[in-house]
Amino acid sequence: MPPEERQLILDDRALARTLHRMAQDILRQTPDPISLVLIGVQRRGVELAARLATEARTQSGIEVPRGAMDITLYRDDLEAVGPRPLVGPTHLPVDLSGRHAWIVDDVLFTGRTVRAALDELADFGRPARIGLAVLVDRGGRELPIQADVVGERVETGPRDRVEVFVKELDGRDAVEVVRGAKVGT
Amino acid sequence: MSPALGKDLLGLEPLSADDIRLILDTAEPFKEISERAIKKVPVLRGKTIVNLFFEASTRTRISFEFAEKRLSADTVNVATSASSVQKGETLVDTARNLEAMRIDMVVIRHGSSGAARFLAERIQSNVVNAGDGMHEHPTQGLLDLLTIRDHRPIAGCKVCIVGDVLHSRVARSNIWGLLKLGAEVAVCGPQSLLPLGVGALGVRVFRRVEEAIEWADVLNVLRLQLERMHAGYVPSLREYYRVFGVTRERLERAPRDLLILHPGPMNRGVEIDSRVADGPHSLILDQVTNGVAVRMAVLYLLAGGRPELAEAAKGGGER
Repeated sequence: MPPEERQLILDDRALARTLHRMAQDILRQTPDPISLVLIGVQRRGVELAARLATEARTQSGIEVPRGAMDITLYRDDLEAVGPRPLVGPTHLPVDLSGRHAWIVDDVLFTGRTVRAALDELADFGRPARIGLAVLVDRGGRELPIQADVVGERVETGPRDRVEVFVKELDGRDAVEVVRGAKVGT
Repeated sequence: MSPALGKDLLGLEPLSADDIRLILDTAEPFKEISERAIKKVPVLRGKTIVNLFFEASTRTRISFEFAEKRLSADTVNVATSASSVQKGETLVDTARNLEAMRIDMVVIRHGSSGAARFLAERIQSNVVNAGDGMHEHPTQGLLDLLTIRDHRPIAGCKVCIVGDVLHSRVARSNIWGLLKLGAEVAVCGPQSLLPLGVGALGVRVFRRVEEAIEWADVLNVLRLQLERMHAGYVPSLREYYRVFGVTRERLERAPRDLLILHPGPMNRGVEIDSRVADGPHSLILDQVTNGVAVRMAVLYLLAGGRPELAEAAKGGGER
């Protein structure tokens, strides 16, 4: 088997710049920053939401509440999650009613994760508005869902894999694309 | 790769330590769902679950029903006092008729040891044992493990099961689960209510409850089934309380604070002192809360797991 072809999309400094710009975009698109709440999708979305909250506080002086959400129980393919069924915690720090909630995820692909996240948020209250911020948009949508804030757009094929690394979980910050990755590895 | 647990949950004896840990770890996030304003997730939407109870049960049946409803399954309760079982229908015929109506899971409580396995081998639906005779009550064992684990690591923890171990499926599930996870296990009770050869499992035996209390970190106090007294296993309830009752006075002499579990329903003043049951170290209501989460985890894990779909779904790289 030929070695995987790995391509670096963002290194640690580029990732920091990208998050800085994403936080600016989020604040610009949130008319009332006091109502802002950032909700990370397990797992790496949670770390990204924390970084964005720090950036937003630096830029606006506002302490932004952030939460975490595991969407496993809202997926439309339970039968497919069997072999890795561990569900992470869901924790929303504030009542979402009337708030401007942002869903934060690492990679936007088919849109099914976001669909599930929207369903789950609806069970927690009625935000005034929900936005979507993703670090990487890799195309390949299967649902009519688009992000409001995108860190980086990457052209990918269905067999490519986008990998996001964050210091908190992986020891380093980077985004890489593995071209033609073997399915299921 | 097979589904996480196989088709059925019949007992803790056949499970590996990793299986048990998977269920307990999966139960953790399910605890939070019951704290939400909308206590429901859609994960078992469209699944039909039949609760087939051949024995009286309040806590277990309601706990399963809450677990099922909070996962969005459709549920039907069959109490045998009001069913064709009264007309002589066999267990298999009852289950096959239910299966002909296209159900997905059966939760069964039955007075005969082995009834759950008997059923599981004859129908395609997932079967969850909610207590079969004197054999096992695996979800009770799991919720006891989860409750202990909330407070201290199970490995190395000293747990003594006090009371009617002989007739207790709760005791058996506890012993299997605790031993697999590395706890030290003991039993304590009148000789007439301890199974012969329990020591061969690697379980310590205490004849006096004072010794058990001195040794243990956790007491799991079993209900003394009152009909046992009539069958001559214990001379009288008062005598039992005097000799084996878990009282505050006895616990006050312990070298450390013991955690107290009881699977319910309690006989206050028989196996347990009210001041202990309602005391600061009692985890009895935590057990009930954890029971819903553990049952949600079991139903979720049994319902999941078609590996060929998983491979296809993972290919995209959307994590």
